[in-house]
Amino acid sequence: MSRILAVDDSNSMREMVAFTLRSAGFDVAEAPDGAEALELARKEKFRLVLCDVNMPRMDGISLVKALRELPDYKFTPLLMLTTESGPEKKQEGRAAGATGWLVKPFNPEQLISTINKVIG
Amino acid sequence: MSGIDLARFHQTFFDESAEGLDAMEASLLKLTPDSADAETINGIFRAAHSIKGGAATFGFAAVADFTHLLETLLDRLRAGTRAITPADIDVLLRSVDVLRSLLDFARAGRVDDATLAEGLSAELRALLDGPASAAAEKTAPRADRSAAGWKIHFAPHAGLFASGNDPLRILRELQRLGECRVVATLDTLPALDDLVAETCYLAWDIELRAACDRDDVAEVFAWVEDECALAIEPLTTAGPVPAPLPANVAQAALPANAGTAAPVRVDSGSIRVATEKIDNLVNLVGELVITQAMLQQLAGSLDPVQHERLFTGLSQLERNTRSIQEAVMATRMLPVDFVFSRFPRMVRDLAGKLGKQVRLVTSGEQTEIDKGVIERISDPLTHLVRNAIDHGIETPEARAEAGKETTGTMRLSASHQGGHIVVEVADDGRGLDRARILAKAAERGLSVSESMTDAEVWQLIFAPGFSTAAALTDVSGRGVGMDVVKKNIEALNGVVEVASETGRGMRVTIRLPLTLAILDGMSVAVGDQVFILPLGAVVESLQPLPEQVKRMAQQGTVVRVRNEYLPLVDLREWFGLPGTKAAPHESIVVIVEAESRKLALQIDDLVGQQQVVIKSLEANYRRVRGVSGATILGDGRVALIVDVSAVVRLFSQPLAA
Repeated sequence: MSRILAVDDSNSMREMVAFTLRSAGFDVAEAPDGAEALELARKEKFRLVLCDVNMPRMDGISLVKALRELPDYKFTPLLMLTTESGPEKKQEGRAAGATGWLVKPFNPEQLISTINKVIG
Repeated sequence: MSGIDLARFHQTFFDESAEGLDAMEASLLKLTPDSADAETINGIFRAAHSIKGGAATFGFAAVADFTHLLETLLDRLRAGTRAITPADIDVLLRSVDVLRSLLDFARAGRVDDATLAEGLSAELRALLDGPASAAAEKTAPRADRSAAGWKIHFAPHAGLFASGNDPLRILRELQRLGECRVVATLDTLPALDDLVAETCYLAWDIELRAACDRDDVAEVFAWVEDECALAIEPLTTAGPVPAPLPANVAQAALPANAGTAAPVRVDSGSIRVATEKIDNLVNLVGELVITQAMLQQLAGSLDPVQHERLFTGLSQLERNTRSIQEAVMATRMLPVDFVFSRFPRMVRDLAGKLGKQVRLVTSGEQTEIDKGVIERISDPLTHLVRNAIDHGIETPEARAEAGKETTGTMRLSASHQGGHIVVEVADDGRGLDRARILAKAAERGLSVSESMTDAEVWQLIFAPGFSTAAALTDVSGRGVGMDVVKKNIEALNGVVEVASETGRGMRVTIRLPLTLAILDGMSVAVGDQVFILPLGAVVESLQPLPEQVKRMAQQGTVVRVRNEYLPLVDLREWFGLPGTKAAPHESIVVIVEAESRKLALQIDDLVGQQQVVIKSLEANYRRVRGVSGATILGDGRVALIVDVSAVVRLFSQPLAA
């Protein structure tokens, strides 16, 4: 079973996401920014990528764009964690190739149910 | 799975928020209206954004609400729709303070105190031209209900798969809302030869029999609403029994999800370790060094030719032991930035309060120094910086008059020099006033003369209670003087030096050992005992002539060294060691200095200089007056380290009295 990649520059959010997914039986890899995530994604094919929007070095939108250009990630679900529930960020994410988004704040149950929707 | 306690992530959230706030503060201090580069503002925005996201997730409403306002302001600055003003920077800095307090409240498990942020929230709202502009205002959901259910036409665009979406997932989700009758439209499906596996050809008509809101249905399509033709209409007529959901409609078009790679672990690059664990390691390595020295000494009596392999092994052991010792010491090292980083804010606040313009320039922030030293130089440095801004740097008017740039410069720098770290605090202010210091010293009854060199005069400012400030200000001059600074630095076996040029500024140089665990010592012998004197405290050693030594009525024996009479302390007597007391002129006298006072110590012999591993006597035996610690020599003997400050305090009077 391939793994989920959780990308967030905030340690607490990343910990929460990773812990929640692990406790739901998923195998999780973590990255603190887009650049590192992209590096990991080149080495391993993840079945789903969950990424924050605002991050240093490489933001979530750029990460999604870069991932979609990799043959392995052409159809992989790429979800963005966003606090901006406004339409522009979503539009930007969609244009970059994001599958969908999860609006912060969310609780562990919402996270699991969204992930299950996509790959359950 | 459910019922994950979010409290387990609180500590991480508090830690990262504290770091984020520090970073925000540092960036804000760098920010001026003309130097507002996009990346700095972006960094500040990100920090606020993370705190907001975390606070909302982990249930700290007051923090989240306040950060939301802050973030809105930052977003406008970031987008360039608002030019940054000094007032903005000020409000943002105060916001950092408010957030710190709010987080402290949250950390202490107290109820969020809304009043804490009230004033500043209002200010932020005013800056944002009223709360109406908040971008996060959501449009009220349309509570459009349909009792019978919904008739949905869903025709994905050909490129739907390219976003990682899957019609099957959407159909399954709809099924969760209620019974579905799904009919696939195959009109656009080409012949097999023409079929492109990555294109979506199908469309669906769905009858959803559920009494749900239109929004519940729309929500299912939210991720793909731009990538499909979608029509949602209320279902009016009850249709036939729904057909089961086709299980493999989109399956054919799904990309193969095979190919697992070897797992890759993400390494964060550092771990947190309790200080006691490291201290314990430092101690053990100290023991190892002693054991190694002992072996070396034992082997000294053996024939090197006969025991060649043993000697090779021993020299290898020595090299490895040194390497381990250095590596372990390095784990206790922190960049001096831990102290420096607090100054930009302090300098800004202080300069503002005193009506002065001060630019702070720091260098060598990455210079590493022992954690214990870092913790203990922070107060002396704070004092020096305060002093420099309060007394050294002039008001903009005075500076202009003197033909200087109106903005004064404070320089904080750190560097490694040999086995020491050198920290400098320099300003380009008015410098020390020689005449005033001499007058003040005379007033305080210190013996001074016009012929004293500048260096000697500058040393006077370290005399206890010495202050030339014309008036005590709110900022400094509250009785804590340079003498305390000097005392603190000397307690770390460090040295303080002052250089000053009238009208050009002043520079205080602090020289410190890299670590508190190792001491550069001078070993001296008294009878068959060896004592260690901290090298930093040793001024000189000499063999006095009989006429240099005098017995004074109340002061015991003194020795005259270059017109100074120094109290003479016989270490043999002081420590009650056996052996006959030798005449001073037949022994060696070491002049030591601490807290601006000098003292002569009588010993039998100088053994040499060496680095010693400091062991606590208190922890292993008990506290002994005049002894700051002990070390174990290569031959296994214990040598006491003399606490020069304590001995000086007991025996001497002020330097030039």
